[in-house]
Formats: sequence, C-alpha cells, structure tokens
Amino acid sequence: MLRKTFETELQQVKDNVLLLGSMVEQSILDSVESLKKRDIKAAEKILQFDREINGKRFEIENQLMILIATQQPMAHDLRLLASTMEIISELERMGDYAKGIANINIRMGDQPLLKPLIDIPRMAQKDVDMLHRALTAFINEDVEAARAIPIEDDEVDALYNQVYRELMTFVIQDPKSIERANWLLWVAHNLERVADRVTNICERTVFIATGEMTEIKDTDDEFWKNQ
Amino acid sequence: MTQPIPQNGTSKFVLEARSLGIYYGNFRAVIGVHLPVERNKITAIIGPSGCGKSTLLRAFNRMNELFAGTRIEGEINFEGQNLYDPSVDPVEVRYRIGMVFQKPNPFPKSIYENIAWGARIHGFKGNMDDLVESCLRQSALWDEVKDKLKQSGLALSGGQQQRLCIARALAVQPEVILMDEPASALDPIATLKIEELMQELKKNYTIVIVTHNMQQAARASDYTAMMMINDERAGTVIEFDETNRIFTNPKDKRTEDYVTGRFG
Repeated sequence: MLRKTFETELQQVKDNVLLLGSMVEQSILDSVESLKKRDIKAAEKILQFDREINGKRFEIENQLMILIATQQPMAHDLRLLASTMEIISELERMGDYAKGIANINIRMGDQPLLKPLIDIPRMAQKDVDMLHRALTAFINEDVEAARAIPIEDDEVDALYNQVYRELMTFVIQDPKSIERANWLLWVAHNLERVADRVTNICERTVFIATGEMTEIKDTDDEFWKNQ
Repeated sequence: MTQPIPQNGTSKFVLEARSLGIYYGNFRAVIGVHLPVERNKITAIIGPSGCGKSTLLRAFNRMNELFAGTRIEGEINFEGQNLYDPSVDPVEVRYRIGMVFQKPNPFPKSIYENIAWGARIHGFKGNMDDLVESCLRQSALWDEVKDKLKQSGLALSGGQQQRLCIARALAVQPEVILMDEPASALDPIATLKIEELMQELKKNYTIVIVTHNMQQAARASDYTAMMMINDERAGTVIEFDETNRIFTNPKDKRTEDYVTGRFG
C-alpha cells in the first residue's frame, strides 16, 4: 500500500476524534447527573474538564492542518480532513452545552430543583446514544446509519416539548417558580441542541463517503413546527 | 492539394478527439479516446507514466508523424476539420497548434531571433520589433529581457528559457498551445510563474497541458482528463470532468486512487 505514513496519520486523527467524542459524552452525562444530585463540586469539575475538551479539539485541528499542508489530500482524503475539521468543532460545541448545564447547576446555589429530573436525563441518554452511533458511523463511513440517526432527533424534540409543557404548568400554578423553571428549560434546550449537532456530524459522514453535500433533516424547522 | 483549416471558430470546442487510436507500428499506444477541448480553457491530461499522455498530446498537432511507423485511427477535429484528412497540411497544423516541451529548448540564437525566426519563415510581414515585444510581454518575460534582446537565449535561467519558448510559440499566432510537462524541470517559483502565465494566456489561447504534478493540474486547469492503460497496455481516457470535480469527488475508483496517491 502506497502512502503508509499518511494512512497511519489518518488513523491517529480518527482515534483522536473518537477520544474527543467520548470526553464529550462523559461531560454531557456528568452534567445532568450532577444536576440531578445538585452536586456543585462535580459541576465545577465539568468546567475544568471542558478546558481539556477544548485542548483536545485544538490538538486535532493542528494535526489536521499539518496533514493538509504536508500531504496535499485530494478527493476522499480531502473530504475526510475538511469534514473532520467541522466535526471536531461540533463536538467542542456539544461540550459547551454540558458546561452550560454545569454553570446552571452552580448558579442555582442551594435552591432545590423545581421537580425531580425524569425526562432531562432521558434526553441526555438519548443524545449520548445518538452521538456514539454517529461517531461509529463516521469511523466506518456507514452511510446508511448516518442517514438513519438524524430521524431519532424527533424523540429528543418530543422529550423537550414534554419538559416544556410540564414546566409551564408549574409556572402557571406558582409564578414564583419562573426562575427555577427557566433554569431547567435552559438545560433541556441545551440537550435538544446536542441532537441537532449529531445530525450535522451525520451529514458530514454522508459527504465523506459519497461527496454529496445535503441536509439529511432540517432539525430547526421540525422543531419550530411543533411549538 | 491541401486546403486551409477554417480560421477563428466560435464553437465551444476547438479540438475534439473522437474514437482516437494511436499505433507505433503494431503497438497500440492509445485506444478509444474521446476528448473535447474547450476554447479559452486549460485542459490537463494526467495519469501514471506510460499511459499515453504525451502520445495523445502529440496527436493534437500531428507531431507523432515525425516518428516512423506511427498510425492513427478515429479523428481529431480542429475548428470542425479532421486534422488527419489528406487535404490538411501538417505544417499549418503545427503552427496553428503550438507546442512547448518539458525541457526548455531555445534555439542557440539571440532572444530576439528565437521569436522572430518562426514568424519570418511563416511569412510575417508586419513590424518584427513590435511582434517580439508583444510575444515577450504575453509570456511575462519582457521586463526581464528587454535590455538584452541580442543576448543568447541559452544565457537565460531555466524558467526564463521556458517562457522564451512560450513566447516563440506565440510568435506564429497559434490558437492552441500544447504543453508537455512545461514546468517539470523548473523550481517552484518558476513553476508558479508558468502557471500564472497560463491563466493570462487562456484569455486568448486554448491550452492543453500534460503534467505529472497533480497539484499543478488541480491549481492550473479547468478540465482534467485522467488516462490509464487497459489490460492490453493501451492508454485511454478513463474519466474526464471539471478539474474541481476530479480532485474532490471523482467518479472512477482508479482516478480516486491516483489523485489520492494510492495507485499502484
């Protein structure tokens, strides 16, 4: 096989993307778990961990830049490297959503949760599950899986709508609960956005494998239609 | 009795190879090539060594006939006229379709004479000084040589010699310029100068370039033809498309393998 060095370096980039993905998955699950337990210390650790996520993203970006400059990638290789640049930025932003949830946890101070968290952890679980499979599809360039995963965004949207309606009933019953309801709504909103970004990763995977640059699912339109 | 080829056509394609096969004696070097060459565009021919790129390029101005035993089948239309029709004068073909080679090959004469000579034997009757200046300006060499036109062309650097050869090709006012690896013997700066020059030249001329340098094809051309040999070792065009397409999303797996460096 020609270009053995290049192949090895491409593999290292892919391994690093998987590592970054697993860090983000961890961060999303931890942010919701620490909120559920109202564990401020754990939330502070997530802020710390987000810096590591950002660092990893810059490390991969640098790796990609060097590969583009030294290997002059073409065709499939070019699509892979350019798309990976996009994918790591999506992952980094997902990490920011988890950080946002940790920040809400910290800002809530010693106020109790408005209600026990049920659907919010479900959203987080669904996000992580979709993300994990989206990254597997990216590594394997599995077009079929990449096209199927974004459909599941509807489930996350449905959970978000459920959380929204539930929180509104609290607000109507007791207007003093607005601030605490708003915090949880913001958490749910962040989790809803994670699934949208998973869709973007899937679109990149289709592009890498086929050269086709299309939107698989217009997540925002679907979302607002249901409001 | 030779007939002149129609002048200054306006059709989209200046040159067009149809079912072209080229033989050296019994050896079939090129088979079944269909290749349109669009006017005022740069068409690159890429492919591994020995796939018939230069043979195809030379067929475009009947240069192959200079080797004994060369035979052609199919046709190449130039301004709608089959170049291989018995009525066509190969000398006319070669000045209307000029050629620049891999190694700069100026005549061992002055810079001025390198350009004037071809024009003179083609019966140029105008102001020779103006023609020499115009050709040197078009080949982006004028500023570097205007004070030493009487010096030998061989005293120039490799990159300058190659631009002198381009100026020499322009002197007989061709419509098409064929370039066979014009920058492979040059350093990166001289290479970029040639590529920039090609972008200028395509406003007035049509260019076909053979190159081993894929980045060069990607940077400098509008269309790319990918050649490869078949099972019988005859070269053919396996994919032809816009250059952007060839280097981002080629259709043929063999093109993909070649442009990503995985061929072999």
